[in-house]
Amino acid sequence: MIWNSAADFWAMGGYGFYVWGSFGVTALLMALEVGWVRQQRQRALAQVAAESASEHGLSKDWQS
Amino acid sequence: MSAFWAVVQRDLVLAMRRKTEVITAVFFFVVVAALFPLGIGPEINTLRLVAPGILWVGALLASMLSLGRLFAADFADGTLEQMALSPNSLSVLVAAKILAHWLLSGLPLVLLAPVLGLQFDLTEEALWTLTIGLLLGTPILSLIGAVGAALTLGVRGGDVLLSLLILPLYVPALIFGAGAVQAQMSGLGAAAHLSILAAMALVAAVFSPWVSAASLRIALES
Amino acid sequence: MNKIFFHYAAPQNFYALAGRLWPWVAALASALAVWGLWLGFFVAPTDFQQGQGYRIIFVHVPVSWMSMIIYLAMAFWAFLGLTFNTRLSGMMCRALAPTGAICAFLSLWTGALWGKPMWGTWWVWDARLTSELILFFLYLGYIALTNAIDDTRRADKAGGILALVGALNVPVIYFSVKWWNTLHQGASVSLTQGSKMAEIMLQAMLIMAIAFWLYAIAIALYRVRSMILMRERHAQWVADLPEIKAQFKGALP
Repeated sequence: MIWNSAADFWAMGGYGFYVWGSFGVTALLMALEVGWVRQQRQRALAQVAAESASEHGLSKDWQS
Repeated sequence: MSAFWAVVQRDLVLAMRRKTEVITAVFFFVVVAALFPLGIGPEINTLRLVAPGILWVGALLASMLSLGRLFAADFADGTLEQMALSPNSLSVLVAAKILAHWLLSGLPLVLLAPVLGLQFDLTEEALWTLTIGLLLGTPILSLIGAVGAALTLGVRGGDVLLSLLILPLYVPALIFGAGAVQAQMSGLGAAAHLSILAAMALVAAVFSPWVSAASLRIALES
Repeated sequence: MNKIFFHYAAPQNFYALAGRLWPWVAALASALAVWGLWLGFFVAPTDFQQGQGYRIIFVHVPVSWMSMIIYLAMAFWAFLGLTFNTRLSGMMCRALAPTGAICAFLSLWTGALWGKPMWGTWWVWDARLTSELILFFLYLGYIALTNAIDDTRRADKAGGILALVGALNVPVIYFSVKWWNTLHQGASVSLTQGSKMAEIMLQAMLIMAIAFWLYAIAIALYRVRSMILMRERHAQWVADLPEIKAQFKGALP
């Protein structure tokens, strides 16, 4: 093990701000992107379903 | 070939009826060249150093202002569609429009640049290098700009979008154009830079009309 | 081979294929990321010049490579789309763009965070970073153009031309920026300077790069499925999809 303690790991030899600033923002943006594409899919499914419903002349309260 | 010159002549005549647009771009170049020293300070040695960059960026921005006009008017009144349907090659007609654009928006900048260069205390050789560089570079700007103008034809917010699209593509011309003057000023000689600019201009002249025509067809068929 | 190509060129079939593929790609990406991070943080030794700060390369180099590879992939799909006029190629190109832009941004961000402790400034006008900045602008331009055009086919094709023109210009831009940078040496520093990299560092970097690549593929496959749904929404096969029918809780069409 390179790290003597958890504190050492987070400190990264004094470079903690830069290392975690890099990995942290990367992880954050990737998480945001995943969230975004999932939301995009949900909206697409909802919109397709809504249009399909109106095409088949269903009542507006088809979602219970 | 006569179709080519007919289009050039037509565009020039039409532009002469709206002189203000042409003059505005030239005026913009003059104003920008004056704004920078006001922002940087009057120290002449500093100004001489930054002059090539400032004048090139100014020319770049000024020539970009008028690109929106390149195809817009003809698109609006249906002339562009006629050109696409005509037996003449659309690439040739587009090349003619680009030439007209350069004569109206590029050439005046080339002629004006040495005058503005005097404000920055550039030497005579430096002014020559600047002028020749812009003579090679402004056609590149018109040629690359035409592709952007064709892609953004009729799109909302087209002008600003056009700038965002083509400015990255302008970077090589800017680097070698301003670099030529800097090389001349530092005694290294601008031959290499100017040769590269000439090569870029040639490549752009060969490819741009064709790519722009393809982009116009995409815009027209939708 | 051709038959497979034509089979999956149909959005309906590609939708199903992408749906089956992306979970596996994502799982593989996650596994490689865990492995790469473990190597990078717990196996790779301290760099004697840069201390622990060098570990940023395990994210900086992969995202930089990816920003360029994704742009090449976009150019590939753009070329296919313009040559064969296939709808799916245009969609794949657009599906990749956001991830590529994010990678370009992260390359600049992590590059700045690496540069500050190492060379004292947040930004250095070296050839690679400056080219990366221009690449970021190219991504933004592509996204802006495709979003601004309402007609989806026109947007696809116009974006395709832009992507190709950009891709062909990238070497020219890189070369000019390199020239520009070497002529103004002065305080310029290269990000590759430093001690020769240990085997283990290289290995961790490579594994992280592949992990990012797989992540980009998974995201693109997932994203393209939403695009297919929206574009093909009037088709019967879409209405028959279980996930669409699931939207109708209670009432049946």
